[in-house]
Amino acid sequence: MIAVCRLEDLPAGESVRLDTAPPVAVFNADGELFAIDDTCSHQDASLSEGWLEGCVVECPLHAASFDLRTGRPTCLPARRPVRTHQVYVEDGVIHVRLATAEEGSAA
Amino acid sequence: MRAVTVVGASLAGLYAARELRAQGFDGRLVVVGAEPHHPYDRPPLSKGFLTGDCAEPQLALSDAEEAAELDAEWILGARAHALDARGRTVVLDDGRTLASDGVVIATGAFARHLPGPALTGVHTLRTLDDARALRRALVHGPRRVVVIGGGFIGAETASSCVALGHDVTVVEAAQLPLAAQLGAEMAFVCAGLHARGGARLLTGAGVTALRGAGPTTLGGGAVTAVELSDGRLLPADVVVVGIGAAPNTGWLTGSPLALDDGVLCDDGCVTTLPQVVAVGDVARVGGDRAEHWTSATEQPRVAVRNLLARHTVETARPLPYFWSDQYGSRLQFAGRRGEGDTVRIVEGSPDALGGGGFLAVYERAGRTTAVLALDRARPFTKVRRALMAAAATDREAEREGEYMEDAARAS
Ligand SMILES: Cc1cc2nc3c(=O)[nH]c(=O)nc-3n(C[C@H](O)[C@H](O)[C@H](O)COP(=O)(O)OP(=O)(O)OC[C@H]3O[C@@H](n4cnc5c(N)ncnc54)[C@H](O)[C@@H]3O)c2cc1C
Ligand code: FES
Repeated sequence: MIAVCRLEDLPAGESVRLDTAPPVAVFNADGELFAIDDTCSHQDASLSEGWLEGCVVECPLHAASFDLRTGRPTCLPARRPVRTHQVYVEDGVIHVRLATAEEGSAA
Repeated sequence: MRAVTVVGASLAGLYAARELRAQGFDGRLVVVGAEPHHPYDRPPLSKGFLTGDCAEPQLALSDAEEAAELDAEWILGARAHALDARGRTVVLDDGRTLASDGVVIATGAFARHLPGPALTGVHTLRTLDDARALRRALVHGPRRVVVIGGGFIGAETASSCVALGHDVTVVEAAQLPLAAQLGAEMAFVCAGLHARGGARLLTGAGVTALRGAGPTTLGGGAVTAVELSDGRLLPADVVVVGIGAAPNTGWLTGSPLALDDGVLCDDGCVTTLPQVVAVGDVARVGGDRAEHWTSATEQPRVAVRNLLARHTVETARPLPYFWSDQYGSRLQFAGRRGEGDTVRIVEGSPDALGGGGFLAVYERAGRTTAVLALDRARPFTKVRRALMAAAATDREAEREGEYMEDAARAS
């Protein structure tokens, strides 16, 4: 369980990066919260800095897109999914429960 | 169309093969590549691959599953030698001929060399085999490395060599490296990355000769020093020549295609023969030849569409975009900068190189023409997308204008 920030500190359309190992990106996509591994499965870019549109984030380096609900890439150049993690809000604070190595992967 | 030959089995060639299948081509698809390797990604060669952070299997651009889906015949380790007058037959250097209804030219570019005898210890960096050889030269303890050329490949290679603990000097003939790409002001800022990273940068320094000692099988011996035009001698164990690339068009001499620093194409990547298109580093599309990963991946969609339609039905003028990783920082640039554009720092500060980075926009007549970021991916993407949208609107207006002109002429 990792406390991320207060809900009001992550408005819709925003994202935040957690310095976990590996790092995790938390998104507020139009009011719905999602967490995925922050490092793009293609090469080496931080998805928390990507372009968020609906439930899809576009990588800021080579524009692969990932569905935040499943972690699956929706276009090239990424070919592998990123792990997804559980997010919930408790007492107004966003929490992430990190998936284990086997969980969270859409593969 | 029953048979298409793609010449060049790298980034643009693979994307073209993918597009052919995605756009419904179900005929015979042959991909010819001069290298023995299946398509791999070049950008990591000067970065993670040299430092050892990225292993060879991670360079692969495709896998067995996709290969099966693509259902293409791969002829690797074979070089196309000629294209016949109607662009329907590709002749390979081993004498084989491939008959096609359509040809995609994706032969990329090759690294320029310095004149003079071959010396051991002197490297260029374009292919996986080049990168393997350079990596082998860098893994045995600290060496004196001289990188000739301060362009992106030179700078990235220098940065990787520093990361491996070598003593690195970058020699640049111009007064500033990267001035053509970034403009003098921002080039000056980015040149500071070398010093910050721990490499020496010598500018305005032309290389007159490479010195070697002792005979080797190659003839010229092993490199010992780099001689500069001002008489200085830089001792070197390893020299990396990063003085740019030239398009691989040699095999097309004698074909009817127009060649001039690349294969000349219209805005839709279509050459002077409608059944032949060109994509990637080898293609000069609408007057411009880009050596960027993103153009090589974006052009094939439009090129293939026009190839299958047998004439230009769509144009491709994507907004130029490239990135570069140097000394732990990431540079990103997008747009079309012109001489005399003014530069405005909109975020961060270039004085604090690396300390959080910065975002700069280039402007002309109140309009943004280009954007440069150092470690500022998020705001960079925002401006880049705005530029893309503006370019699309301009193209729309242009088409409208042409239509009005046509209409005026017709009436
Ligand atoms: C070390 C390095 C780092 C780079 N880093 C970046 C970066 O950070 N950012 C960026 O935007 N871009 C970068 N680039 C540029 C990017 O890799 C190129 O733009 C891209 O590879 C172009 O793809 P292409 O398929 O057009 O050409 P290439 O990748 O050059 O492929 C052409 C292929 O055609 C083959 N070929 C040539 N002639 C023949 C023939 N006659 N018959 C058959 N096959 C032939 C070649 O062997 C080669 O395999 C880098 C390039 C290099 C070399
Ligand atoms: S690193 Fe994300 S698409 Fe390449």
